[in-house]
Amino acid sequence: MKEMTPSARRSISRRGFLRTAALASGGLALASCDKNSREAFLQRHFRDMTPEELAGVLARLEKEQSARFGKAVHVTAEPPMEDVLFGYGLDLSRCIGCRRCVYACVEENNCSRDPQLQLIRVLEMPKEEGINIQQANAYYDPEEVPREDSFYMPVACQQCRNPQCTTVCPVGATWHEKDGIVVVDYNWCIGCRCCMAACPYGARHFNWAEPTVSPTEYNPETHFLGNRVRPVGVVEKCTFCVKRVRNGRYPACVEICPVGARKFGNLLDPQSEIRYVLENKRVLVFKEELNTQPKFYYFYGT
Amino acid sequence: MNFLRFIAGSVQCVIRGGKAYYAWIGLLLALILVGAFGVVNQFSSGLIATNMRDQVSWAFYIGNFTFLVGVAAAAVLLVIPAYVYNWKPIKEITIFGELLAISAIVMCLGFVICDIGRPDRFWHLVPLLGHLNLPGSLLGWDVVVLNFYLLLNLFIVTYLLYCAYTNREHKGSFVNPLIILSIPAAIGIHTVTAFVYNGLAARPFWNSAILAPKFIASALCSGPAILLILLQILRRTTRLEIKDEAIWKIAELMAYAMAFNLFLFGAEVFKEFYSDTHHLVHARYMFFGLEGHRAIVPFTWISVIFSLTALVIFLVPATRKNWVTLNIGCVLIYIGVYIEKGLALVIPGMTPDTLGEIYEYFPSTTELQVAVGIFSLGFLVFTLMLKVAVPITLGEFRLPPKTG
Amino acid sequence: MLKTDASPGKGGRFILAAVCLAGLAAILITFPGPLGASEPTTPAETAGEVPAAGAAGPTHSGPGTLYQVPPPPLSDYFPCSQCHADMEVNRTRRVLTEEHEDIVLHHDEENRWCLDCHDAGNRDMLRMASGALVDFTESYRLCGQCHGPKYRDWKAGVHGKRTGHWRGDKQYLLCVHCHDPHAPRFKPLKPLPPPVRPENLR
Repeated sequence: MKEMTPSARRSISRRGFLRTAALASGGLALASCDKNSREAFLQRHFRDMTPEELAGVLARLEKEQSARFGKAVHVTAEPPMEDVLFGYGLDLSRCIGCRRCVYACVEENNCSRDPQLQLIRVLEMPKEEGINIQQANAYYDPEEVPREDSFYMPVACQQCRNPQCTTVCPVGATWHEKDGIVVVDYNWCIGCRCCMAACPYGARHFNWAEPTVSPTEYNPETHFLGNRVRPVGVVEKCTFCVKRVRNGRYPACVEICPVGARKFGNLLDPQSEIRYVLENKRVLVFKEELNTQPKFYYFYGT
Repeated sequence: MNFLRFIAGSVQCVIRGGKAYYAWIGLLLALILVGAFGVVNQFSSGLIATNMRDQVSWAFYIGNFTFLVGVAAAAVLLVIPAYVYNWKPIKEITIFGELLAISAIVMCLGFVICDIGRPDRFWHLVPLLGHLNLPGSLLGWDVVVLNFYLLLNLFIVTYLLYCAYTNREHKGSFVNPLIILSIPAAIGIHTVTAFVYNGLAARPFWNSAILAPKFIASALCSGPAILLILLQILRRTTRLEIKDEAIWKIAELMAYAMAFNLFLFGAEVFKEFYSDTHHLVHARYMFFGLEGHRAIVPFTWISVIFSLTALVIFLVPATRKNWVTLNIGCVLIYIGVYIEKGLALVIPGMTPDTLGEIYEYFPSTTELQVAVGIFSLGFLVFTLMLKVAVPITLGEFRLPPKTG
Repeated sequence: MLKTDASPGKGGRFILAAVCLAGLAAILITFPGPLGASEPTTPAETAGEVPAAGAAGPTHSGPGTLYQVPPPPLSDYFPCSQCHADMEVNRTRRVLTEEHEDIVLHHDEENRWCLDCHDAGNRDMLRMASGALVDFTESYRLCGQCHGPKYRDWKAGVHGKRTGHWRGDKQYLLCVHCHDPHAPRFKPLKPLPPPVRPENLR
């Protein structure tokens, strides 16, 4: 046993104490978390969960959110339907820029009201320039729309077939479902915002603060991958109202549009409206040169 | 057993020092405390405490991260002359480059943790435990290579210092391949970081093949600048003998890197302005401002002027070998590249945003506090490691001989 | 809708006309089209309240009706024959001054007037170019005579407001649920508020 100077002995015991203290406090922190926080912390990726695990998670979320919003909240996880690939059409000859879609979407999807988060952005552009985003203005606020010399182009997630957002995510928290919807597992996302940098359409939005939705406004019919209230620090985006569409209904924006500028349907069904649009109308894709292959088609209905 | 002694002795080295040392450590701890306030504020209210918003979703933190990855990679500028060309004057001081690399990576990790929205979900990045999205995600690769580089350097440094501490010859056949490995590793970390940016088709300002070479060039010309200043400080404050030639050679190599960096910069500027597509709007914002938004413009021009001046200082042997001008040049190039790679890369890439909106970003108080804290943490780590490494290198800190 | 058997007397006719006009005015103000009051209703806001096909209220699916639609607006005012059955038919093109003067025609008014679409003999029906009569519940056939491409799109579900299910029951609306047939062009709307600017997000 080699001789140790008194100070060396002290420093070893000091180190030992510090190490024990660190371990103890870490363990204590984890143990003192309530069961829910511990479960939430350890929750696995949506795609790795067994059906039992998922059911447990959904039950936990329902309980938490029913308590939080004072009403019976449902959180489900309907899988994609067979032989369905969703497509969307937006009639640029009709949109008047009234923004009713923006607010219907916020209501349906329980987006944060404060700080404000909107999944659809309507761009006003001068008619003579065509689609030139350098001339775009999302903050137009005239007395009446449409303005004489402008046209309006709402932009939200284009549900690309070849998205970069899903490739760049370091933890695989966002992926392309079989029915074509690009979804986010809000409990897996680490909030690095790489997907936001990768999205050419500004379609992804970040919860910079804890989202606030009042209990009266909260839409209780929610989907795990869609419109359930999000935690702070994660990315969200349009999911084609996954809860609605996987139950056969139209997205909220399609239903609210007062001028019928929005079309939606199953691209794999030759009788669908969206196929009719693609076959009969002049269709274009936003930022087509980036080869994202969106399933959101802008067209001219007249 | 000896290793425990080594740790114990290192702690001794670290807690003992002169007045200047204590003052320096005290300052760093105070600044780290400032950073801690910022971090706590951020954790409690969310990233809304920063000035990042959807339109500019990566900003100050990622800019600093990018710059510091470059600083970490710059150690290679010492390793190549020392181990590939076996040039003795630099071989003696390579270890300081590696210590700088370690501190820089620590700072990089600090910035990443403070930038992501959910640091509590960090474990999602760990392969097997979480889900690391390889081979697709470049950020995933960045996690791998940065940690690999950190561990590699930590291992090399610990091994070399421990061998010296125990009065043993380090095994060249064992450690030299690792040190040589750190060369492609260093190039690797910075190339992967560049790929994180230049793979994004959505951001035309970054979506350029030239970004990876430019990153390497700017890293090599700025990272060693701190080292040059530090080596002069070490020469004055310790008994370390660092040859003038070593410092001048590093400065010379930096000069070539600077020239290459400016060449690549010029190539980019040419392409943007000559092709004159819509994508020019980002470069225009950076150099001239857009629609009245000009906050970044003075910084861009300062960076350009500083970098050019530094190039001249470093190229001309007279000014390179003059200690005053050399140090001025070091400060100039450090600031120049910090702006170029930190601010003037990330911000113009996101301004205007993908839908043509201009949100003029500048860091918030919280972001500045956190950045100061992280930089101080890095300096603290560097100082503490030096406090052990220098005595070992000098032979002052050694395993006590066996008694009895 | 109730069809009264008794024919009203002179005073009663006057009262009935006044009530009809008041009802028409009320309906026009709340019409699913941006008309009338200071805060114009949008087709969306009212069409959403329009009962779905087959829902409360009798539907007007006459023979040959392909598209189940909610009751046409003006249904409470209907049947027009209540007044017109006893009135003389005046086929002279003119601007109406005694009744219906609040209806200003902005729909190819240079070339057409009321009796080109409303059947002179039977005001409870509409009149196609061939002279064939068509029920108000099938007014899309009338519109489709001139607006062929729109009609084809509407039939495919691609023109007009879309509610209901993308798979299964589509909810069709009549043209007139959104477009006032006498002045079909949509009035501009007041837009909902713009988004909060990022620098103002706290």
